[in-house]
Amino acid sequence: MALANLETTLERLQTTRSIEDLQVWAHELRDGLGVTHVLYHTGNMKGEQVGAFTYDLDWVRRYIEKGYSQYDPVVLGAIRRFTPMDWKTLDWSSPQARVIMREAMEAGVGNQGWSVPIWGPAGEFAVFTINHTATDADWQSFLEARKKDILLISHLVHQQAKRIFSRETDTPSSELSPREKEALMHLSQGMSRQEVADMLKISENTLRAYIDSARHKLGAMNVTHAVALALAKGVIVSHGALPKY
Amino acid sequence: MIRYIYADELSREPVLQNSMFRDRAAQFKERLDWDVSVDDRGWETDEYDELNPLYLIWQSPDGRHAGSMRALPTLGRTMVNEHFRHLTDGVTISSPLIWECTRFCLAPGASPVVAAGLLLGCLEAAIRFGVEQAVGVFDARMPRIYGRIGHSPEVIGTSGEGRNAISVGIWTVSEETRAEICRRSGITLEELAGWFDASFNAVIPEVRAAA
Repeated sequence: MALANLETTLERLQTTRSIEDLQVWAHELRDGLGVTHVLYHTGNMKGEQVGAFTYDLDWVRRYIEKGYSQYDPVVLGAIRRFTPMDWKTLDWSSPQARVIMREAMEAGVGNQGWSVPIWGPAGEFAVFTINHTATDADWQSFLEARKKDILLISHLVHQQAKRIFSRETDTPSSELSPREKEALMHLSQGMSRQEVADMLKISENTLRAYIDSARHKLGAMNVTHAVALALAKGVIVSHGALPKY
Repeated sequence: MIRYIYADELSREPVLQNSMFRDRAAQFKERLDWDVSVDDRGWETDEYDELNPLYLIWQSPDGRHAGSMRALPTLGRTMVNEHFRHLTDGVTISSPLIWECTRFCLAPGASPVVAAGLLLGCLEAAIRFGVEQAVGVFDARMPRIYGRIGHSPEVIGTSGEGRNAISVGIWTVSEETRAEICRRSGITLEELAGWFDASFNAVIPEVRAAA
């Protein structure tokens, strides 16, 4: 998917207001990425299982009824690490895992998967998976091109799911430190990163870490989007309207 | 060789585990006199070792630790955000694209290639997983050591002076830096990729669900 389309899809993500919306959105993302399936699930939001996925509903019901998550190498791997996992590198040798894999394939799940464990600040846990039907070589080049996007998307989906569940309509802006707001404000005035870094007397790489942190906290997909959100939410005001002393 | 081992798998390697935590005590307690705790076993550990971090460890041919560092995602609890925010302009650094790398440790007498290998190991993992930056905490002598290797962090802030100085700094990940450190250290890209694959792309031992 071209970058512009991905941005549109991620903007759409922020308009979702229910888990059903998120489910519809998951299909849009799948079609946009041109993959077989996408799946987001988390087990501990107010004690309920929450998911948004393109998998066959009967397969998901069966998976839950049979308690497959206890044996699923993807889940077992994700709860013990923070680094993304290629399904190929997981241990599918147990009899239960083999059953899960076989039944998943029968239900139309593709042969390749990349799962991102998501650990939130409150210790909450979720998994985001891109599933595809591809040769190892094609899958490798897909991942090379996409793994950074997938990492960003996985956390944006999780943030949105949390927002839906807590009925929050806004991102709390209090998390942003004065320094981050300052950086976003200068960027909103059209200054280059180098100019902002000079202004704040920090290196460009430090600035990058600060604005990427601000981007994440605002639930934005890139810096331009972060600036737009910060302005829209009143986290920053456009400096041009204020007197400069 | 570099091995990537999550904390919960480290006890399967008792020699490596024991020598790493003892070398950490030797470096951070004895040599640097940091305010760290050492237990009855002579191990230096802190609260972040409890969060199942990923260790990058250079293992000597005799199976012992020659150098290591500890990686954690910045979306969870990190040392920089919990203890050093006064050095980052009050900014909580948290993004899926940024890791925290701390407890950079070298065993006494470790060969210079070990330090380069650890930085390379961190770069390799970051590149493979899509991570762009790493933030770290280090003592005053480290920027020089990192500089010699060819990958100096940019210091964000420093507290204390002289040999007691502690800094927070940031490394930016790039394939060019990886190539440059490889060239300087004599570690090849193939070797590096091989170490990563041996840790992450091998079949993991079966684990049982907690549930």
